[in-house]
Amino acid sequence: MSAAVTRVDPTRHLLSIADLDRDAIEELLDLTDTFVEVGRRAIPKVPALRGRTVVSLFYEDSTRTRLSFETAAKRLSADTMSFAVSSSSVNKGESVRDTIETIEAMGIDAVVVRHKSSGVPAQIARWTNAVVVNAGDGWHQHPTQALLDAYTARSHLGSLDGRHIAIVGDVKHSRVARSDIEIFTALGAKVTLVAPPTLLPAHTSAWPVEVSHELDPLLGSIDVCYLLRMQRERMTEALVPSLREYTACWGLTSARADRLRDGALIMHPGPMNRGVEIASEVADRPNAVITEQVANGVAVRMAVLFLLLGPGRAQAAALTDVPAVEAAAVEGPAAIEVPETDTATPTTATPTTATEDHP
Amino acid sequence: MTANDRPTGTTLLSGGRVVDEQGERSEDVLIEGDRIVAVGNGLSGDRTVDVHGCVIAPGLVDLHTHLRQPGKEEAETIETGARAAALGGYTAVLAMPNTTPAIDCAAVVREVLELGRGAPCDVHTSGAITVDRAGEQLAPMAEMAELGVRIFTDDGTGVQDDRLMRRAMEYASGLGVTLAQHCEVTSLSEGTCMHEGEWSARLGLPGQPSEAEELMVMRDIALARLTGARVHFQHMSTAGSVAMIAAAKAGGLPVTAEAAPHHFTLTDECCAGYDATFKVHPPLRSASDRDAIRAGLAARTLDAIATDHAPHPAEEKERPFDQAPPGMLGLEFALALAFTELVDRGLTSEREVLASLSWQPARIAGLDQHGRPVAAGEPANLCVIDPDARWTIDDSGGASRSRNVPYVGRQVRGRVRHTFLFGEPVVRDQEATR
Repeated sequence: MSAAVTRVDPTRHLLSIADLDRDAIEELLDLTDTFVEVGRRAIPKVPALRGRTVVSLFYEDSTRTRLSFETAAKRLSADTMSFAVSSSSVNKGESVRDTIETIEAMGIDAVVVRHKSSGVPAQIARWTNAVVVNAGDGWHQHPTQALLDAYTARSHLGSLDGRHIAIVGDVKHSRVARSDIEIFTALGAKVTLVAPPTLLPAHTSAWPVEVSHELDPLLGSIDVCYLLRMQRERMTEALVPSLREYTACWGLTSARADRLRDGALIMHPGPMNRGVEIASEVADRPNAVITEQVANGVAVRMAVLFLLLGPGRAQAAALTDVPAVEAAAVEGPAAIEVPETDTATPTTATPTTATEDHP
Repeated sequence: MTANDRPTGTTLLSGGRVVDEQGERSEDVLIEGDRIVAVGNGLSGDRTVDVHGCVIAPGLVDLHTHLRQPGKEEAETIETGARAAALGGYTAVLAMPNTTPAIDCAAVVREVLELGRGAPCDVHTSGAITVDRAGEQLAPMAEMAELGVRIFTDDGTGVQDDRLMRRAMEYASGLGVTLAQHCEVTSLSEGTCMHEGEWSARLGLPGQPSEAEELMVMRDIALARLTGARVHFQHMSTAGSVAMIAAAKAGGLPVTAEAAPHHFTLTDECCAGYDATFKVHPPLRSASDRDAIRAGLAARTLDAIATDHAPHPAEEKERPFDQAPPGMLGLEFALALAFTELVDRGLTSEREVLASLSWQPARIAGLDQHGRPVAAGEPANLCVIDPDARWTIDDSGGASRSRNVPYVGRQVRGRVRHTFLFGEPVVRDQEATR
């Protein structure tokens, strides 16, 4: 019963970008290319995860992220279940552990978790044999957002090596910022956090970033201006005097956007507060790649689910005749591995079987 | 206490080394009834307990125990908590008042003392400073003092209101009792679940700065100066607090302070796995704070090691980190952790550690039957420690009803072999006798 003694194998799950090294990240981004291509087909579906069950367990509302994961799972032909917390036993006081053990008893392969408390996906990973994918926990991590952000930036800029990325806004309360800092710096970019001190964590000296309290001096030199959502409830916590003042100092207004250099990208994890952290007109400029981020999100999540659940793992398990989860744990140090067999690649498996699935 | 549980005739503790406030010496100890009747060499008794290689010390005294009764018996009862205490070498514990209902009036004090009667450890209780520990109205301290309560605290929270705390100090000094403070300014700590530092930044958990504690330490030192009251600072956790206590003592103020085993053993890095076993108030701090606590104990700036033994059911500790209740077990581990983390690091001696575990806290709590010299005529409240025993802490939780042990797998030195409570062997060969 002790939660403390069970160790979590980070290579089995996707809990944090910090668990991935640069090679693992690049493998995932490379594989995402393949799934972007799949997404462009007339029938954007491959049978890679047929017979696998992916459950989305969202303790915090997030229609966009949940739909993105569910679309990704369906395009991989996995069976999907959605555990709607608001109408479930959780409202009757069921613990997270009991919920996950109940769902697992139904036979699942992966659980996609969103929770308002930091660390819940890591806790769940101690209690289940299923693969755990973190879809956002508290202020901690949102690793698939980071992957889609890195993928989107890379697709425009080529390599991120030596690129300068400003992450602007409420870093303190942002799981997106924590994940993005890790992925951008792992890929060789220089990251500057831009925010008033009240919206930065009190201790960032160990982070591989620079900090600026002003946006204006950076505008001419950055390759990406990544804007974080400014939440209205921050006003009541005395973190900034008013949204108006926030916009005046740190918002990407039209005037500021004009000063960005050619080719610089404007990114935002959504949902946007138009007129607060980003001017409405700026959000619709050609170098604002915000809807592209959303589109890439599906392909990135396909890559994640494929690598954590895909046939490469199943075959490894069959060879050693042990449950897949244990086989995965001994496969090696790389955080996420690309399956090596031909049949494991979605492109070779696609054309015939995908049409069978379609009426 | 029933006299029936005590062996008839005399018991000789033979071959041990006596360590108490007077010093250290190789002497045998002869117990009869509830008293020590002789200490010296060449003694004989009706039965002899071989304690070669062991330390015979006054029983330990815990200034900070959450026994959870009344109101939270699923986590601990006075009986199970007292048994854990006896196994840890304690002959007296001071129950904290954050029960349900709070120990804030004579009726609840009586109930706790009644439940503690016959427990394998002397159960004393603190009383709340304010009614229901709500920080609004003074609790009837005089009627509780009448029943023997000597320490008053709202532990679990600090008294926030400056004027109320001033009045409490003035009133307490008139009664000759001590006020103990859980120093935490809630406007800086509300909603937080760990120390504010590099780890909270990385883990995305709301952190409370050291200053949440230090501001109240600073205020209460000022108010102690104003009122002349005796003030005891509970579970000091930061380097800044230790420095302020040292300065206040140097200035002649009658202040005392305690530190908990987890604060001289663990750091905020322990929270990295989001295991709420490591969640506690005040939170595990940085390595430099931990080092300052160790140094503060060694320098006697911090007078006592107090466990802050805080049992919680497993299902509550499995909640998300930010929602789980704070606290960890300590009674059965404090002595071994002190030997391992303080003595074995060369910071202090075994005798100094025993001072902070026994006679110094006994004096702070005003207990005249505990922490006494090991001498003829004194009450036979003793613990016998094998200082060479090396053992690994497991997750069984010992005698506690709860298992929130943050030290699982840790190798430690020093184990309580026997505990005598008024002459009764309540722990014999590491087993509770009842």
